[in-house]
Amino acid sequence: MTGAPRRQGSYSLAARDRRFGYGLVAPAVIVLLAITAFPLIYNVWNSFHHVDYLFPATFGTFAGVHNYSELFTSGLFLPSLYRTIGFTAVSVAVELVIGMALALALNRRFRGRGVVRAAILIPWAVPTVVSGLLWKSMFDPQNGFVNFILLKLHLPLAHTTWLGQTWTAWGAILVADAWRNTPFMALLLLAGLQVIPRDVYEAAKIDGAGALQTFWRLTLPMLKPALMVALIFRTLSSFLIFDIIYSMTNGGPGNSTQVLAYLNWSAMFVGSNYGLAAAISVALMIMGLIIAAIYVTTFRTEQVQ
Amino acid sequence: MSTVSIASSRARLTRRRTRKAAGWSGFYLMLAIFVIVSLFPFYWIVITALKTQPEIAAGTSSLLPGHITWSNFSTILTQHVFVRSLVNSVIIALSTTILTVIVASLAGYGLARTQIRGKQLIQGFLLVAGFFPVIALVGPMFITYRKIGLLDNLGGLVISYFIYTLPLATWFLTSFFSQIPRELEEAAIVDGATRLQALRRVIVPVAVPGIFTVAILGFIFCWNDFLLALSFITSPSKYMAPLAIVNLGQSQYQTFYNLIDAAVVVITLPIALIVLLAQRRIISGLTAGSFR
Repeated sequence: MTGAPRRQGSYSLAARDRRFGYGLVAPAVIVLLAITAFPLIYNVWNSFHHVDYLFPATFGTFAGVHNYSELFTSGLFLPSLYRTIGFTAVSVAVELVIGMALALALNRRFRGRGVVRAAILIPWAVPTVVSGLLWKSMFDPQNGFVNFILLKLHLPLAHTTWLGQTWTAWGAILVADAWRNTPFMALLLLAGLQVIPRDVYEAAKIDGAGALQTFWRLTLPMLKPALMVALIFRTLSSFLIFDIIYSMTNGGPGNSTQVLAYLNWSAMFVGSNYGLAAAISVALMIMGLIIAAIYVTTFRTEQVQ
Repeated sequence: MSTVSIASSRARLTRRRTRKAAGWSGFYLMLAIFVIVSLFPFYWIVITALKTQPEIAAGTSSLLPGHITWSNFSTILTQHVFVRSLVNSVIIALSTTILTVIVASLAGYGLARTQIRGKQLIQGFLLVAGFFPVIALVGPMFITYRKIGLLDNLGGLVISYFIYTLPLATWFLTSFFSQIPRELEEAAIVDGATRLQALRRVIVPVAVPGIFTVAILGFIFCWNDFLLALSFITSPSKYMAPLAIVNLGQSQYQTFYNLIDAAVVVITLPIALIVLLAQRRIISGLTAGSFR
């Protein structure tokens, strides 16, 4: 009996604490719902409606699966999808290999480590569009460094218009993307490396393990969590590449470097068809979820074994 | 016999030493390549920015700048649209950053220190929001902004910029606040401070390093944006710097690389400075943010 009022008092204290907490969290949650959940729902809605500013008569009317079927009949979606998947696979693989080498190097103690870290961080900090323009300038046929050095060394291809042909344009885009994003990959992997205790390596050394053996058997398995995070980050952002494409090729020559995010954007701002764009966005979100799910399940099952 | 074994062990030692030295020089060579590849494009941009248009038209023939001209810099720095876009970028990135720090501090404190229900749900939502594809919010936000008059409006742009900053900032500050000992604020509350006062006077000062990290990353992420400014902003007077730079020096017939590259130099310098000064904070924020 005597405990009852006290308990009630502490209960109301907990309730007050909770109310206070909800008040604190509310602004962030409301803003984030407004810029993620709302667009998500609105996209799904728009993807089933005619939302084309060029056709005011049908604007806002139900379209069924018209927008989705247009993805396949227009002949632009599937090629963009294949290009995006191909670019993502190649760029992530390249950035993983170079990033790993860089992370392993930076994990050693040496003089000037801070300088090296700062030097590789600057390309990451430059706006993506700027890195695109920078490499467009490097690959310029007349004033670019690439053709300059090829000419000086009497190598072939010195008069290539790099951004004017499909495969060389993709090469230039890959260089720009890897230049900017490899440091990010390296830093995430480096953070994972630094968590691995040093005495584990000493034990391996005493057991006579070689450098390669140590890497495959020891470093890589212990790096798994960091590896998964780095790969999810990079794969999703590579899958959504836009700024570099816009600033270097505008999707050209022809449509040959048009990727999904670019197609999505031009459906809106070139075609003014927001229903079609919404269908592309929905497809992008689903594919993003699939990519994340693939990584999470792959790494989880490997961890169980 | 003993002299032979000493000699051979000495030879072994020097062999090992030379191999080790070779290993180190190979290592430094690799590092040098990384640093050169990272920084050389900036050098190329700088020397291109120091050339006149006729020199550019004649084609590049040297790795050295040769005849130096500052006219490209004076051209772009007197171009109203470009200077204005730099000012816009600074103002918008700073406003977004400040608002983000306030909103994320409140939410971070709520998640770290109160007994609200659904914490895991909210944290899961923050994680998913951090990966939300920005292109997917452009269409819905464009239509909505068009309806309510926030199109071509810098305030509308700030709202959309929260997608870059708020999920990471809230996540990071939640974990940062959780590590601060509870006794600190309890002492303040015993002294008669309200919890909000305790947050402001006790927690925030202790959390300055974390807040600083969040602020720098937020600023860089906003400064970096192109897609949202490209989609929502139409008046040149409201351009952000990356948007202005893309539209700069493009005529129908040629690209004026000397002007573009001068602008690239101008836009890169402040960011390079921030990176050099706050390298450790940036790295800790990026990596801590990734181990969610």
